[in-house]
Amino acid sequence: LTGKLSGKKTFWTNEAQTPREAVTTYNNFYEFGTDKSEPAKYAAALTTRPWTIKLDGKAAKPQTVDIETLLKGALEERIYRLRCVEGWSMVIPWIGIPLADVIKRAEPTADAKYVAFESLARPKEMRGVRSPVLHWPYVEGLRIDEAMNSLAFLAVGLYGDLLPNQNGAPIRLVVPWKYGFKSIKSIVRISFTNKQPSTSWNLSAPDEYGFYSNVNPTVDHPRWSQATERRIGEFRRRDTLMFNGYGDNVAHLYKGMDLQKYY
Amino acid sequence: MLTKPAHKPKRGFTPDIIVVCLICLLPLLWLVWRFLQNDLGVNPVETLVRQLGVWGLRLLVVGLLITPVARIFKQPRLIRWRRPVGLFAFAYVALHLTSYIAVDQFFDWGRIWADIVKRPYITFGMIAFVLLIPLALTSFNAAIKRLGGVAWRNLHKLVYVIVPLGVLHYFLLVKADKTMPLVYGGIVLVLLGWRLWRWIRRKV
Repeated sequence: LTGKLSGKKTFWTNEAQTPREAVTTYNNFYEFGTDKSEPAKYAAALTTRPWTIKLDGKAAKPQTVDIETLLKGALEERIYRLRCVEGWSMVIPWIGIPLADVIKRAEPTADAKYVAFESLARPKEMRGVRSPVLHWPYVEGLRIDEAMNSLAFLAVGLYGDLLPNQNGAPIRLVVPWKYGFKSIKSIVRISFTNKQPSTSWNLSAPDEYGFYSNVNPTVDHPRWSQATERRIGEFRRRDTLMFNGYGDNVAHLYKGMDLQKYY
Repeated sequence: MLTKPAHKPKRGFTPDIIVVCLICLLPLLWLVWRFLQNDLGVNPVETLVRQLGVWGLRLLVVGLLITPVARIFKQPRLIRWRRPVGLFAFAYVALHLTSYIAVDQFFDWGRIWADIVKRPYITFGMIAFVLLIPLALTSFNAAIKRLGGVAWRNLHKLVYVIVPLGVLHYFLLVKADKTMPLVYGGIVLVLLGWRLWRWIRRKV
């Protein structure tokens, strides 16, 4: 299960890429422990084959997709900024497929207003799941128009290699204009719903983590400021950009919404 | 006939005090070593600030532990260890604050003030630090003599407020896994509970 991946280069930034060493050893993946060094230590226990994703809910063609099928398709390479809600950021070269391509397979119906995502929760292999620090399985969600946005991406690799387990193997979401915890890892299920789905962090602390969680320097986390961030590898903090700098692509999704209220 | 006291109270840098100082210095030396080796991890600034804070809290807790241990095991000599441990705790907390101001925020005073006012965990941390200052400033014999033993002891009871504030500061900054702050909280509760219990027993 190794091998080089490559794909058409689509979304791009010329900013310095965060070293692979940092990207693969500094992870928030609570299924393997709450310390950022733990996923790199313990995620090797995870079996990522066979792996399927169940597409269900309000869709004309609910189905189960095999990871191999997705890996055989046309892959894209994208270099995205990733901004963690904790105030640090990285620049990561991902490889994967547009989320919209996978959604279209299931043909969601007109009343599919939201997309709900679910991670694997396998206590035997994921030691973090044995303690109730968060709602397991980890769940996340997007509005369907957010999910269909061309920036929303399902990554299967980074730095030209298959995704390391600690980064959410074999397939994870990447929504670069939202805080990192929205980018759910090791996805086993994608459901279409007419109601806003629950999300693990919102269930854990509703006043701190909203459903939208767009990167927004003007809306502080109740316990720390979101105005600045430390890019991993840099010494000085830098200003955080609205929508993590992806406003041109996504600002229209939130037109007329009070982003203080829908944080 | 006058009898000599069994042993004269020892003063100054006796060997045991020197050993205590060296042990208290170890975490700092280890951090400096890791810094020089470029071994503070992917986010060295965060590691530095966190480690200094955690060691400050640990030494504060050790400081609270000394009196119960000395009383329970009838080792009055240990009481003298409170001063170096307390002063080192203050040093770590001061370095923790300095690293936050100088390294993390890079002297962005506007933002630092906003943090102090808006963020409860920073507010509590700052209060704890400010309360530590008078204790550090009165940690030498002349100050004890000038204040008088009773006033000095009452002043230093501030530590019963400072340590819980430190634990609260830690508790409030953790995102989800509150285990470690709760462990510290539990230990502090026992150590303060022991004092409360003795105080009640004396009153009754």
